[in-house]
Amino acid sequence: MTTALYDLPGPRSRRRHLLYGTGASVILLALIGWIISLLFDTGQFTAQKWTPFTYKGIQELLLTGLGNTLKAFGYAAVLSMALGAVLACARLSDHRAVRWAGTVLVEFFRAMPVLVMIFFVYVALKVEPLPALVTGLTLYNGSVLAEVFRTGVNSVERGQGEAAYALGMGKTQVMTHVLVPQAVRAMLPTIISQLVVALKDTSLGFLITYEEFLHAGKLIASNLDYDLPFIPVVMIISPIYIGMCMLLSWLAHWVSRRQRRNPKVEAAEVGAAEPGTLLPGAGPGLPKPPHA
Amino acid sequence: MNVLLDNLSLYGEGLLGTVELTVYASLLALALGFLIAAFRVAPVGSLRAFGTVWVTVLRNTPLTLLFFAVLLGLPRFGLVLPFKLFAVLALGCYTSAFICEAVRSGINTVPAGQGEAARSLGMTFPQILGDVVLPQAFRSVIPPIGSTLIALAKNSAIAGSFSVVELLGTYKTLNELGYSIIWSFIWIAVGYLIVTLTISALFNVLEKRWGVAR
Repeated sequence: MTTALYDLPGPRSRRRHLLYGTGASVILLALIGWIISLLFDTGQFTAQKWTPFTYKGIQELLLTGLGNTLKAFGYAAVLSMALGAVLACARLSDHRAVRWAGTVLVEFFRAMPVLVMIFFVYVALKVEPLPALVTGLTLYNGSVLAEVFRTGVNSVERGQGEAAYALGMGKTQVMTHVLVPQAVRAMLPTIISQLVVALKDTSLGFLITYEEFLHAGKLIASNLDYDLPFIPVVMIISPIYIGMCMLLSWLAHWVSRRQRRNPKVEAAEVGAAEPGTLLPGAGPGLPKPPHA
Repeated sequence: MNVLLDNLSLYGEGLLGTVELTVYASLLALALGFLIAAFRVAPVGSLRAFGTVWVTVLRNTPLTLLFFAVLLGLPRFGLVLPFKLFAVLALGCYTSAFICEAVRSGINTVPAGQGEAARSLGMTFPQILGDVVLPQAFRSVIPPIGSTLIALAKNSAIAGSFSVVELLGTYKTLNELGYSIIWSFIWIAVGYLIVTLTISALFNVLEKRWGVAR
C-alpha cells in the first residue's frame, strides 16, 4: 500500500525501518517498565491495598455503582433520542416559527458545556442527582442527535422525496415511509458514536454526588483501613469504563463497515466520539463530502 | 444584572481561568496531537501501535475518570504540582487524541498520486512532507480542529469541580453570598458563549483564508 507520504519500501528502507522499530520498541518497553517499577516502589501491589476487592460488600458496592451508571446511560440514551427526534422534526418543519425555535434550542444546548446544564438543574432547580444528570445529558445529546437526524434526512437523495410526493403522499407519510428509514440506516453508526459520548458523560454524575461507578471507587479509595487503595481502584475501574465505551465504539464501526458493503446505503463516515460543533460543515457525525 | 455588576472581579477571574485552561491545554493538545499523528502514519510498526493505543484508549476514557486519575492519582507517585497544571495535563492529553485523528484523516485525504508525482520529480521526504502533503492536509484539517478546541473549552468546566479556578466554579461563591442562582448561571452561560463563539469566529477566519475551496 502506498500513501502520499511513502513509497513501498525497498530492502534498504526496510532495514532502516526495522532499526527504527527496534529502537522505538526498546524506548517504549523501558517506559512501561519504569511505570511498573514506580508502581512497585510506591507499594501499590501490597496485599493490604488489594484485599478489599475480595470482600463481597465492596464488590457489591462496585456493582451497584456500575448499575447506576448504566441506568443513567439507559435513561439518557432513550430520552435523548426522543428529544432528538422532536427537535429534528421542529428543524425540518414547514412553519418558520417552529423551525426558528428548533434552531435556537439546538444551537444553544450544543454551545453550552454539559456540566453547566447538569449543575444548573441540580443546583438551581434543586432536583435529585439522577434526574439532574439525565436531564443535562438528554438536552445536550438530544440536540446533537437532532442535527444528526436532520442531516440524515437531508442526505437522502432528493429524487426519493420528490417521487413520494409525486405519488400523492403527504409530508408525514413521505417522512415516515421514505426518508426517515433511509436516514436512520445511514446514520446508525453516527447515532451509536453519539451514545458513546452519553455513556462517557454519565461519569459527570460523580461531580454532583450521584452514586455511580466513580463514586463507588472514590468511597473505596478513601478507606484508611486498606491504606488508601487509590491506584488499585483506578486500575480496576478504568478498564471496565474504557472497555464499555470501546465496545460501543466498536459496535459503531462494525455497523458502518457492514453498511459499506451494503449497496442500499451509503454509510456515513463514523464520527469520533466527540462532542458537537459550532462550525458549519465540521460536525463530528455529519457525513463528510466524499473526497476523491 | 446586579449579580454581574456586583461580582465583576469574580466573574472576570473565572473567565480568565477558563481562557487560561483552554489556551494552555490547546497548545499541549495540538503539540501532542501532531506528534501522535506523526506516529500513526509512520512506517515504523511499534510507533504506529503506540499511536493507535493512545488514541483508542483516550477517546474512550470518560474525561471525569481521567481528571480523577490524574489529579488525585499522580500525587501518590510523589508528583506534586498545582492542580491547574494537572488539569491542563488531563485536558491536553484527552484532546490530543481527537486532534491526532483530525490531523491523520487530513493527511489521508491527500491522494497518493500527489506523493507519487512528487517522488517521481525527485523530491526528498522532507520536501514532500513540507511542500506537498502538509499544506494540502492543513486546509482540510482546520474545521475539525476548530470544533475539537471548542469541545475542549466546554470540557474545561470539569476542572472547576477539582478546585481549579474557572467560570463554572463561580456559582458556588455566588450561591454562598446569596445571589439569585438563576441569574448567576445565566452569566456563566454567557461567559461560555463568549469563549466558544470566539474560537468559532477565529477558526471561521482561518477557514476563509486557508480552507479548501469547495
